[in-house]
Amino acid sequence: MAAVQDGQLNMEVEKDIKTEITNDGSGNINANSSSPGSTSSGGKSKSPAGSGEDQQTLLAVLQFLKRNKLTESVDILRREAGLSADADDSPVSDSAGAGSGGVPNVSADGGDANSLLSRVSIATPVAPPATAPPKVVAASGGEDQPDVNVVLSAYSQQGDPVLYPLYYNGLKKFIESVLDCHRAELSQVFYPLFVHMYLELVYNNHENEAKQFFEKFSGDQECYYEEDLRILSSMSKKEHMKGNETMLDFRTSKFVLRISRDSYQLLKRHLQERQNNQIWNIIQEHLYIDIFDGMPRSKSQIDAMSGSLAGEGKRDANKAKVFYGLLKEPEIEVPLDDEDEEAENEEGKPKKKKPKKDSMGSKSKKQDPNAPQQTRIPLPELKDSDKLDKIMNMKEATKKIRLGPDNLPSICFYSFLNAYQGLTAVDFTDDSSLIAGGFADSTVRVWSVTPKKLRRVKSAADLSNIDKESDDVLERIMDEKTASESKILYGHSGPVYGISFSPDRNYLLSSSEDGTVRLWSLQTFTCLVGYKGHNYPVWDTQFSPYGYYFISGGHDRVARLWATDHYQPLRMFAGHLADITCTLFHPNSNYVATGSADRTIRLWDVLTGNCVRILTGHKGPIHSLAFSPNGKFMASGATDGRVLLWDVGHGLMVGELKGHTDTIYALKFSRDGEILASGSMDNTVKLWDTLKAFDDVELDDFTAATGHIHLPENSQELLLGTYMTKSTPVIHLHFTRRNLLLAAGAYNP
Amino acid sequence: MAEERRPKQCTVVLPTESMKAMAESIGVGQLQEESCAALSEEVSYRIKEIAQDALKFMHHGKRRKLTTSDIDHALKLKNVEPLYGFQSQEFIPFRFASGGGRELHFYEEKEVDLSDIINTPLPRVPLDVSLKAHWLSIEGVQPAIPENPPPAPKEQQKAESTEPLKVVKPGQEEEGSIQKGQGAISAEAKGKKEGLMRMKPRSTHELSVEQQLYYKEITEACVGSCEAKRAEALQSIATDPGLYQMLPRFSTFISEGVRVNVVQNNLALLIYLMRMVKALMDNPTLYLEKYLHELIPAVVTCIVSKQLCLRPDVDNHWALRDFAARLMAQSCKTFSTTTNNIQSRITKTFTKSWLDEKTQWTTRYGCIAGLSELGPDVIKTLILPRLTVEGARIKAVSEGPVVSNIDKIGADHVQSLLLKHCASVIAKTRPLPDNMEQYRADYGYLGPTLCSHVVKARAQAALQAQQVNRTTLTITQPRPTLTVSQSGIGGSGGSRSPSIIKVPSSLTLMSTRPGTPTQPSPPATKYIVMATSAGASSTQQVITLSSSSGSSVTSTVASATSTLQPLVKLESRGAGGLGGSRPLQKYIVVSLPTSASSSLESKSGMLPPSSSSTSPISLEAGMKMDRSDSPGASTQSPH
Repeated sequence: MAAVQDGQLNMEVEKDIKTEITNDGSGNINANSSSPGSTSSGGKSKSPAGSGEDQQTLLAVLQFLKRNKLTESVDILRREAGLSADADDSPVSDSAGAGSGGVPNVSADGGDANSLLSRVSIATPVAPPATAPPKVVAASGGEDQPDVNVVLSAYSQQGDPVLYPLYYNGLKKFIESVLDCHRAELSQVFYPLFVHMYLELVYNNHENEAKQFFEKFSGDQECYYEEDLRILSSMSKKEHMKGNETMLDFRTSKFVLRISRDSYQLLKRHLQERQNNQIWNIIQEHLYIDIFDGMPRSKSQIDAMSGSLAGEGKRDANKAKVFYGLLKEPEIEVPLDDEDEEAENEEGKPKKKKPKKDSMGSKSKKQDPNAPQQTRIPLPELKDSDKLDKIMNMKEATKKIRLGPDNLPSICFYSFLNAYQGLTAVDFTDDSSLIAGGFADSTVRVWSVTPKKLRRVKSAADLSNIDKESDDVLERIMDEKTASESKILYGHSGPVYGISFSPDRNYLLSSSEDGTVRLWSLQTFTCLVGYKGHNYPVWDTQFSPYGYYFISGGHDRVARLWATDHYQPLRMFAGHLADITCTLFHPNSNYVATGSADRTIRLWDVLTGNCVRILTGHKGPIHSLAFSPNGKFMASGATDGRVLLWDVGHGLMVGELKGHTDTIYALKFSRDGEILASGSMDNTVKLWDTLKAFDDVELDDFTAATGHIHLPENSQELLLGTYMTKSTPVIHLHFTRRNLLLAAGAYNP
Repeated sequence: MAEERRPKQCTVVLPTESMKAMAESIGVGQLQEESCAALSEEVSYRIKEIAQDALKFMHHGKRRKLTTSDIDHALKLKNVEPLYGFQSQEFIPFRFASGGGRELHFYEEKEVDLSDIINTPLPRVPLDVSLKAHWLSIEGVQPAIPENPPPAPKEQQKAESTEPLKVVKPGQEEEGSIQKGQGAISAEAKGKKEGLMRMKPRSTHELSVEQQLYYKEITEACVGSCEAKRAEALQSIATDPGLYQMLPRFSTFISEGVRVNVVQNNLALLIYLMRMVKALMDNPTLYLEKYLHELIPAVVTCIVSKQLCLRPDVDNHWALRDFAARLMAQSCKTFSTTTNNIQSRITKTFTKSWLDEKTQWTTRYGCIAGLSELGPDVIKTLILPRLTVEGARIKAVSEGPVVSNIDKIGADHVQSLLLKHCASVIAKTRPLPDNMEQYRADYGYLGPTLCSHVVKARAQAALQAQQVNRTTLTITQPRPTLTVSQSGIGGSGGSRSPSIIKVPSSLTLMSTRPGTPTQPSPPATKYIVMATSAGASSTQQVITLSSSSGSSVTSTVASATSTLQPLVKLESRGAGGLGGSRPLQKYIVVSLPTSASSSLESKSGMLPPSSSSTSPISLEAGMKMDRSDSPGASTQSPH
């Protein structure tokens, strides 16, 4: 498994996304066949149907057109195909007519079209990589621009720009007039429709109409799309669309809507009656409508889940089994001869689990059914020092305070003074003995918060003089002269945005604007490796709880999994539609969670590289993630100031904690998972009763199956405390092994 | 589904004129209108794009402010060369200018003389990043320590006092032991509770045991004999955030204290109480408005009372009056509103008693001091017109038959006070030339002296104008501007007790209880630094320091309203008194007691030390004041 694999694995997942109504490839083909003129007008534009695929798809399309008695189009197409691929100057100026002529029939007999399209979609994966659907190109891209023209060409079909507002208005009136129970569901259509209509107008150079259209309807959109609308509004020219990431996101990924069958029928009927081709066309091409049977969802249910850049996660995207259980702890004999009498009590039980695992693991020695195989991914072997550390850990755990609503933790706040707005990242070691800070001036600083000072290992020449047999050799190799409370690590050439200690406290990772992740030794306080791979700023990096592996994610939208002894990534997780803003390992190290500026959280399987969960519901870029110690739940915080709680196993949102007024940069569960601490830019630390939050959620089979959870409005009851700091944003939180909460931030006078 | 329309600035596009201007700046003239329009749209789009990316960097930098480096990084992201040389931590102000029908916004760039830069001393190295830990919460309760925000912000205190019904005190809810942490009332929580409980809190001023203990300690230290303790206590009052609950007690303590001690003529205690008032006013977290009705009468009493001390001929009660007058002026500035009208009411009170013929010299002094502290406008309108009358009165005392020593001293003080305050105002308002005779005609008896003062003041102003306008010598808590330490006092100072030094413009007053014999207290030494301007009473400072072993310098000299206050830096060196000064100003450094070998070096300028003296106060004729037990000293305003 340690072999270096390519990131292509998960691209297959992307490819798998086949839809019952339409798929991307067919969408493009449709567009091209109905309006070859405007496709060719792109000049250099490369037709998505490459030479290999050409014959098959053309045949299919011709057949389809013939069946629908579109003889004129058939003729044109034939002529074109007959002429050869490069002769593309056939003057079909009546593209609008052709477009509107060709499409309604798709809707008219959907069954027929579907059967045909499915054939096309079978052909697609067979096609050589060069002609893979643009979606895949974009997903893997990020490094450079995918062929924009390919992506854009789908907009080439043209309706009368003046009619767009009418169409939209018509739909709006219709949706406002339907029964209440359907209205909320159908309203979801507004936003994607609005975006695509606007982009079409822009693409076809109807600048003024586009502007008017935007002015008129942008106000109707949900407030959480404001950010995207702002970006959208700045695009008013066709040239702008090239290279604009947001545009590409809209175009390359289908907007996923979840609509009940009844509502969908209603919409379909309406559009067919009104012959509203333009809209129907967009729905077919750019939206993925996930139809479910059952009660339509309520407005609040929809609002809870929507907000991401590409709509909700598909239901089947969250069906994969996730082994969220914890790995069995290796059995360590606690030496009985220990001087600590407190630990003596605990010695009665020969084996004591790591405190983290108390809630889960103390049940039995048996393997947790939800846990992955112990050897599912290879983990580094325990060294003697690790075992010692675990023993320490257990001893500390016996002194741990049990937290609860009546027993709140004490909070110790570490303020960074004189940071001059430069503090960007903070991390504590698990045993809370060291603090590291990343700074905007490219430095990393490490502090010791215990009386034990930081010392460097002696130089090689000095080391050779040491008696290697002596008992205190570990002590002897340290250079007393270098002892100091803090050390500065120089090496990056840009602000340091992510920082993470290795569990054994020997290494420190830092990720920076300069596109590298660096591994530092905390023995020599030098840089060991610079991992290059991300070409753009790396926003976050995180060590695996077992060490050895680490994850990084950044502006290039790809998360990479590395092993410390490989200079190339082991896995590349591609799929996010915008920057990856935070990364986190699952406590069992088999999964990795990434939060992104596309307002989704994805969970990736380290073994297979697949995306196993897509969690939507945040309305802003996600800046913090935390797993509960038992691995079952996850918390995430975003710029919108809300914390969302997730059930990892079911892939469901189980709670929403409102209260913060600014970006949440830090989240942490207490060692027993009873309390969640959240720290925010609004200078507060808040404590939440997670035990209650998880208990309050009733998960019956239906909700588990459909994911239509009804969230209780109980943020206020769950809030256990709010602690204001003195103009110090909270950017990191950490529970010590005894459940004391440590917080850190820079004082901004 | 649609929420409220938010303001749309999305379609903002740079004006085409800017394009033209930019084109011109790189030598392209005659840009066509169409290309301008196209360019401006393109440029606007790119700028927006870069701004969006820069925001990303801001978010990841965990900041609320966008910096120039964010923009640089965003440009780098787009493979564009960043703009070098625009590193700025601060807001860059744009200046606006219009004229000729054109409006311009520009960034002011000053021409920089390189030699200036080379010759200026290097700025202080910025402090290195450091880590400091404190308790944000202890088992769910936030401790009220300076590192944490005040438990009740000023707004809340205000709301509480103005609308007591709306606020439910934190910690009074039955449920939610957690929310008792006073910081824990979030806005929502308050809103929620508002509906539930709409009643006046039963007892607003209930103090916890710790608070009662604190209150006891603080008040005892404030009026006690140990100066070090007092300094500590005053600092605590001036900085601690959690005092608002004790405020009513402090207020009553002060007003009662003044009431009693005025009757007993206990000058020292009155001084201590005034210093407490000062400390309370300095505390930024307190909402004092509610207690002004107690504090202001107390302060006014200390300004105008007929007698404040047992021996008015020796004790320096004038300093107390000055100090209190300054306090009064400060509170007028801070608290006066159109509804309470403090300033005008105070002014009226002062004027009325000043105009009264029978008013004693002490009260007269207080009234004038109080009025003149209120600012040059008040001096101009109320004091200047009465100079002639006042001059005549002074003349009657000083040149007439000897009435009583007390009257004479009083008249002297009033005269110097008038000269001090009026000179600066006249210097500013009266046109040149300064003619002795003219002054006599205008201002009567005081005219000639006034004239010379004005001349001096003008010279001083001219000198000061060259420097940065340093108007204050505000030495608050540990501050680098004033560092005085003392060497070699440890052994000799054991038996000495603190003494009082007061000078008219001194603000730091220290003394022990009068009549109390030598008490074992940490040795405190005072330095009086007086700047004399060759006969003119222009400026003087007292730097009073209790430099007991290792204790920090705690000398509070309040913002002086006098416009001409040079910055004084004092530093101790080995032995031997040494005072340096510039030619115009003379710093007299007096170190007490003389037995102690202490030294001061005035470093106010690079000028050679001249005309400096370590002189006993008695040389400076005038008011003298001795504490009963200590080698007291006082200074008199120079002439």
